[in-house]
Amino acid sequence: MTANIVLKAKGITRQFPGVLANDRVDFDLREGEIHALLGENGAGKTTLMNILYGLYRADSGEVYRGGQRVAFHSPKDAIKRGIGMVHQHFMLVPVFTVSENIMLGAETTRRGTLDRKAVAAHVRELSHQYGLDVDPLTVVGDLPVGIQQRVEIVKALYRNAEILILDEPTAVLTPQEAEDLFRIMRELTQRGVSIIFITHKLKEVLTVADRITVMRAGKVVGTVQPQETNEAKLAAMMVGREVILKVAKGEASPGENILQVKDLQVDDRRGLEAVRGVSFHVRTGEVLGIAGVQGNGQTELVEALTGLRPIHAGKVLMNSHEVTGKPPRPIIETGMAHIPEDRQRHGLVLSYPVADNLMLCTYYLPPFGVRGVIQPRAVDVNARKLVENFDIRTPSPYVPTSKLSGGNQQKVIVARELSRPIKLLIANQPTRGLDVGSIEYIHKEIIIMRDRGVAVLLVSAELDEIMALSDRIAVMYRGQIVATVAAAEVTRELLGLWMAGATPDKV
Amino acid sequence: MDWRRFGFIAFIITILFSVVVLIGKAEISPVVIVTSMLATTIAVATPLTLGALCGVYCERAGVVNIGIEGMMLAAAFFGWLTAIYMNTVFGLAPMPSLLGGVAAAILTGGLLGLFHAVLSVTFKVDQIIGGTVINILAVGITGFLNRQLFFEKGSIFGGNVPHAPGVLPRIQIPLLADIPVVGRIFDQQPITFAAILLVIITHFVLFYTRWGLRTRSVGEHPRAADTVGIDVYFMRYANVIIGGMLAGLGGAYFTLESVPSFEPLMTNGRGFIALAAMIFGNWTPFGAWAAALVFGAAQALQINLQFFRESIPPQWAFLQISYVVGLAPYLLTMIILTGIIGKNIPPAADGQPYEK
Amino acid sequence: MQSSEERTSPQTKSIMRFLRPTLNALGVPLLAVLTAMIVGGLIIAFAGGDPFMAYIGLFQGALGSPRALSETAVWASPYIFAGLAVALAFRGGLFNIGAEGQLAFGAVMAALIGYALPGWLHIDLPAFIHIPLAVGFGALAGALWAAIPGALKAYTGGHEVINTIMMNYIALNLTSFLLNGPMRDPNPLNVIARTPGIAESARIPPIFSGFRVHWGFILALLVALAVWWLLWKTTLGFEIRTVGANPDAAKYAGIDTKRTIVLTMALSGLLAGLAGTIEVTALNYRHELGFSIGYGFDAIAIALLGKTHPLGVVLAALLFAAMRNGGTRMQFLTQIPVDIISVIQALILLFVAADAIIRYIYRIRAREERVVLTRGWGG
Repeated sequence: MTANIVLKAKGITRQFPGVLANDRVDFDLREGEIHALLGENGAGKTTLMNILYGLYRADSGEVYRGGQRVAFHSPKDAIKRGIGMVHQHFMLVPVFTVSENIMLGAETTRRGTLDRKAVAAHVRELSHQYGLDVDPLTVVGDLPVGIQQRVEIVKALYRNAEILILDEPTAVLTPQEAEDLFRIMRELTQRGVSIIFITHKLKEVLTVADRITVMRAGKVVGTVQPQETNEAKLAAMMVGREVILKVAKGEASPGENILQVKDLQVDDRRGLEAVRGVSFHVRTGEVLGIAGVQGNGQTELVEALTGLRPIHAGKVLMNSHEVTGKPPRPIIETGMAHIPEDRQRHGLVLSYPVADNLMLCTYYLPPFGVRGVIQPRAVDVNARKLVENFDIRTPSPYVPTSKLSGGNQQKVIVARELSRPIKLLIANQPTRGLDVGSIEYIHKEIIIMRDRGVAVLLVSAELDEIMALSDRIAVMYRGQIVATVAAAEVTRELLGLWMAGATPDKV
Repeated sequence: MDWRRFGFIAFIITILFSVVVLIGKAEISPVVIVTSMLATTIAVATPLTLGALCGVYCERAGVVNIGIEGMMLAAAFFGWLTAIYMNTVFGLAPMPSLLGGVAAAILTGGLLGLFHAVLSVTFKVDQIIGGTVINILAVGITGFLNRQLFFEKGSIFGGNVPHAPGVLPRIQIPLLADIPVVGRIFDQQPITFAAILLVIITHFVLFYTRWGLRTRSVGEHPRAADTVGIDVYFMRYANVIIGGMLAGLGGAYFTLESVPSFEPLMTNGRGFIALAAMIFGNWTPFGAWAAALVFGAAQALQINLQFFRESIPPQWAFLQISYVVGLAPYLLTMIILTGIIGKNIPPAADGQPYEK
Repeated sequence: MQSSEERTSPQTKSIMRFLRPTLNALGVPLLAVLTAMIVGGLIIAFAGGDPFMAYIGLFQGALGSPRALSETAVWASPYIFAGLAVALAFRGGLFNIGAEGQLAFGAVMAALIGYALPGWLHIDLPAFIHIPLAVGFGALAGALWAAIPGALKAYTGGHEVINTIMMNYIALNLTSFLLNGPMRDPNPLNVIARTPGIAESARIPPIFSGFRVHWGFILALLVALAVWWLLWKTTLGFEIRTVGANPDAAKYAGIDTKRTIVLTMALSGLLAGLAGTIEVTALNYRHELGFSIGYGFDAIAIALLGKTHPLGVVLAALLFAAMRNGGTRMQFLTQIPVDIISVIQALILLFVAADAIIRYIYRIRAREERVVLTRGWGG
């Protein structure tokens, strides 16, 4: 390991209002290596990369590129120095074609007009050269995420990137697609590209990285070789304490059917079929996990079940009452609780005080609303009780909810939803983007609800979460459930195959 | 822009034209009527077209502009004021005065565009409020200066409005304008021709040039643009200013091309209708122009009905109440906004301030 | 406006909790008014006038005598109603630029009930029946006029900003038609587009004889209180504010957002309709074409200056009323056209809306978060 150091960060510090995102961070990247940057959400990985890519400025610290000190004022400077970045949320314009996206900011023109032909030819050449199959003329919005990611990589190579920063690239991929990405990454390093691989997934870094640097709370904890560590050690470095990777739970004792779904068909926002004839049931006292890569109809399924999206065909029975196509309120009143996928958009009114969010679904019912008038005393009592019981960290129940951390915001939702008498809990990505402490807490709460006889429908793109919590697992692929199995009888690998579209009988 | 929309537009225009043809055919041949209607339609659609193009530039770059009305009103006033000043105070000939007026109108629009950009891009003021500020400010300033400069005792023009240097002369397109009857369509005033030319230019710029690609990227996904080194703020500033200049030219139409005078509030909602035209045109230049023509046709109908006042048959008498016909553009706008004639899809980041 | 969301807990500290946000909220608007006056003074000077004389005249005309005070209150009444109308809509996430049209339509209906109803019924109505009928119909007319764009917004997504503006023009054309035609004052001496005078029994009396200030002003203050109570003390108000703050969350929480949008617009239009109604029943005793031009835009400025809070709206309305009222005296003293008031008011709106400018000039740190007042075409 005597290769050249191509990129080096020294003593990087960056302050955001209320957070020290990077605290004297040192980091270096050697030529042709895959250097993984591991850390929890909010550990400061993305901030560091945004500084290296010129999107943010560091408050202090130095960046060296190939031994030379550099100051990036914008991504333009970083691009000029051969740095490319593939962001977690793709930086692609959905209505543009692949070529247009790739040339944006580095356009080729002929007599003042865009030379789309030349760009397309160049893109074909690059994709051929690196085994990154993309069609330059398709509109990006029509491509699956896995291919969009390739477009991002080609976009960086088009700009002659020698250093590639991949920010959580596997979050949206199936295990198989992720394998494919790792293959591409290795291929790139063989051609001299150096890669920074940002992730919070322990298994991945151990398979693909040459070196691993772990960050926690804005600081670098240490750099290790994959050979000399393991998952448990890395997890402890990441979180700062021993982490129980398994959720403690006993045997489920399922009872009667609470939720029954028959041949459900739902359209997505663009009017395309997103859920195509899905049937399943959830019983009291069990967790049914719906596994699947994001964007296979889970969002639409949950929205349809909770009354937020019209149902095209099929039936939904709650507690043996038909609720098909009903608006949210009557469904909620049958005893349904919903932890929504996008908590800031659906689950909370961020400008409201915590106390108001804690009664968001029941404001019109006694004790909160009596003859159309809100009872502040009841709101106050409820808020103080829930803040205490659910350990919501807030200076007062009357601060705007936007001031709370992501984990505490999620706890506000969980507290509100679980504190009323419910028969069914629909939890969609309940721990996405949260720190390990909050994840553990929410997992525990879900199992407590199950043991109290609540039927739980858990939707998650994190296979680990599904495996840890579910009693039965259904796999969704392209709007259909391709398999439903008992959690004890299935392996990770098998689920991965089904998530990628293999049907059980073909296996 | 889909064919359904163009079909709808063609349908409405046909109906509007047919009404006049039916009423007037006893006196004048239908060809003459249609030609005259078409010529009027194209002319009165001019401020709508330019206003809509203003909207296209602003909103394609991600800035909602409901201040088009105010930009046009202010430009109409300052263009007119400049022309009068050059003509009477500096004693210049009418033609240079008028051209100076047009330049001043464009400048006014550009400055208000700059103002809107400062508010919405730099200060991140709610863009609809920012536009409303421009509208109110334009009404106040033009009303105040109009009275202060022209009607108050001791004001510059001593309490009476001086003679304006007239309006911009007609231009005949060679050959085309010489065709009998139909040639009338190609005999228009310069801002009208400029508007049509600008529709074509805008289409070319937006979809075939580097500038257009970057403008659209900033309106669709500003962060993506930022990550490839495009200056989002600069692109937004520049496009809003360009848009403002086009609205300014649209304002010049009112006082330098249509009539040689200024009235307070004379834009009369045309800026808002232009916005509706832009929306109905699905944020495309040609679509916006086509929609502007529909509104122009409604207005042309109103104008042409005046000619045939005497010969309107009794069953059409309700049309005589100009109020009823006058309502058409407003009702049409409301119908268009419902989206029943094709869904209107704005640029994805339209109206959202960009935070670095 | 963020501050008022931090609703006070019922504990004893509530007075301090109430006062502090109020003081915070007042800072920027006061500085905005001050800055606008300074810029307005520069414009006056630029146009060849004496800004000091102008402002002295403005002050005298607005507050200099009992009569001036009475007239300011007369101006304030429609401003309070219209300002509340716009503020309520803002709280519900809607931008009602159509107060102008709702006001005009309300005024026409109030006038119609006021002058024609006794004739239709062939009886003399007592005032305690006739006044509520006229006011009620005027308010309902305003509500209807606003509910149309509300329904279009809720059920088709047609943007309320453009639709309310369109409804303004339609109201303008319609009133112009009615006042020139079917509802025109038949008096042979009448040369303008106006309705006949309303019956004695439909007239709201002045509070003090000899002054024009009428009970409509008191009604306006009471209605402001009622709007505050509605928004922060009732479940309906909670629904309106939730839909305004986050429509997706409102839907998730089981609120019927479409119904709430229509209702919010209708309530907003009701308030605007009241503004027109009060002008007819308590002041002019008839409706005249064009008396209300500009009220709608003033109402937007008042609502924003008042930080969309009913108390703030009352204060802002009084300020605007004082300026409008004093403007006449100013014009008399200095020959500065009264239109300068519009310019100053637009500047106030500018500085309030773009409070970042004020914070920048006076180096005030932002204490509160930005609140989304309107959304782009999509929302």
